[in-house]
Amino acid sequence: MEVAYLIETVIKIVVVLLVFSMLAGIGTYFERKILAFMQRRLGPMNVGPYGLLQFGADAIKLFTKEDIIPSNVVAPIFKIAPVITAATAFLAAAAIPFLPSFTIFGYEVHPIIADINIGILYILGMMGVGLYGPLLGGMASANKFALLSAARGAAVFISYEVVTGLSILAPIMMVGSLSLIDFNEYQSGGFTDWIVWSQPVAFILFWIAAFAETGRTPFHLIANDHEIVDGFGTEYSGMRWGLFFIGEYANMFFISFVIPLLFLGGYGDGSFLGALGLLGKMAFFFFFFLWTRAAWPDVRPDQLMWLCWKVLMPIAVLNILITAIVLM
Amino acid sequence: MFEAIAFYLFAFLTIAMFYITVTTSQALYALTALAAGMIFISAFFFILGADFLGAVQIVVYSGAVMALYAFGMMFFDTTRELKEKNGNKLLVTGLATVAAVLIVVIFAAPIVGDNITALYPMTEGAGNTQEIGIVLFTKYLVPFELAAVMLLVAMVSGIVLAGKKMDLSLTLMSDAEIRDMKKEKKKKVLS
Repeated sequence: MEVAYLIETVIKIVVVLLVFSMLAGIGTYFERKILAFMQRRLGPMNVGPYGLLQFGADAIKLFTKEDIIPSNVVAPIFKIAPVITAATAFLAAAAIPFLPSFTIFGYEVHPIIADINIGILYILGMMGVGLYGPLLGGMASANKFALLSAARGAAVFISYEVVTGLSILAPIMMVGSLSLIDFNEYQSGGFTDWIVWSQPVAFILFWIAAFAETGRTPFHLIANDHEIVDGFGTEYSGMRWGLFFIGEYANMFFISFVIPLLFLGGYGDGSFLGALGLLGKMAFFFFFFLWTRAAWPDVRPDQLMWLCWKVLMPIAVLNILITAIVLM
Repeated sequence: MFEAIAFYLFAFLTIAMFYITVTTSQALYALTALAAGMIFISAFFFILGADFLGAVQIVVYSGAVMALYAFGMMFFDTTRELKEKNGNKLLVTGLATVAAVLIVVIFAAPIVGDNITALYPMTEGAGNTQEIGIVLFTKYLVPFELAAVMLLVAMVSGIVLAGKKMDLSLTLMSDAEIRDMKKEKKKKVLS
């Protein structure tokens, strides 16, 4: 039993790592293609049919590029920062049920690495720690743009976390558990049982905070694109810079799994159709990340803090109060 | 066996991280080691089966150390070594050690004397998270409420101390209004 469990866990970890680091790479292809179509361009077209192999070409370039450590940086921290972003993104995946449990060769597989009973708290905490990557990378770089970007990272971190925590509290009170599997069971009755119908406010708030969590466009102010330089990544080259990207895209995929699991019924009753449904919802949320990037400008750091503390947080607190009164 | 390996590994890592925190003369090393140590401590909660406390440790302290980073960024050039002013090193080390040992003895002596017993038995069928809620709202209700009041006081005083011109929000003002405000400021400086 022990050995079988150990082998199963190791296999699951390897599968999740391989699939999602691959997906993170292909995610960049999706992003470029979708942004291109929305701006009436073609996007990558030259490498392979419809540019499908562009991702491979990018990978070869990133892996073979010289790994430069500038002379003035704080080398140990400079080296470890990208690893933090990538590692915490995959650590968070440990508590996400990607599919309903299925039987293969007479052996029941649960596609979740560790079903801890505090799943959602652990996932949010780990994703929060992921922001240490940009912060440390920016501070260790000995570059003014990178330092500014790190300061913005700290500002984002202290403002969005309270919104995620408070917005998720109301659904947790309804379900009475922090495990994502329990959330799924609660909504397994079908379309009308989805938490989004009883907690629309929490859903919207969590969705907004997810953009800050992953650092996507309306809140893409950590690596501020308008400065032309790449914020915290200015001094990085080669695969170290690539690890930041793998972390960001893996995070987008994981949060796109978490939102449907929390609010939109997850994989439903666990049938094959339910599993497809979860993947479809995930794809929609991932697409929405790219859609906003094409459609919206970035906000300023002070606007983000104003929004999080003065608008979203009071709404979240009110939502909790009303939920508590109704539940009593 | 795994438990023992995990315990010794994380014990070593935690102590090493905090050792770096106090001995290094570089602000960035100290802060990073502090954050890492705080996160490694959560491993002990996970080993003991207190999942909720472990996750809370990660969430709370990663945020708290992030605020420290913000201050570090404001006050130091974090990429350079700092020249510390050390007075009598022996005296400082000695006093700090004595104080640390004293605190441990003060808190540990009554527990050892009473032969540790769990005052609150586990509730049947309640999970880790519910268990904490039950204890917090029965046995530790007064300290819990006091902590809440203290935090409220801290928040109010923080707002009062920092809150000059709180009714003014650059986010809500139009560009013309901001320009007018700047002009008025300049006039004041000139006159």
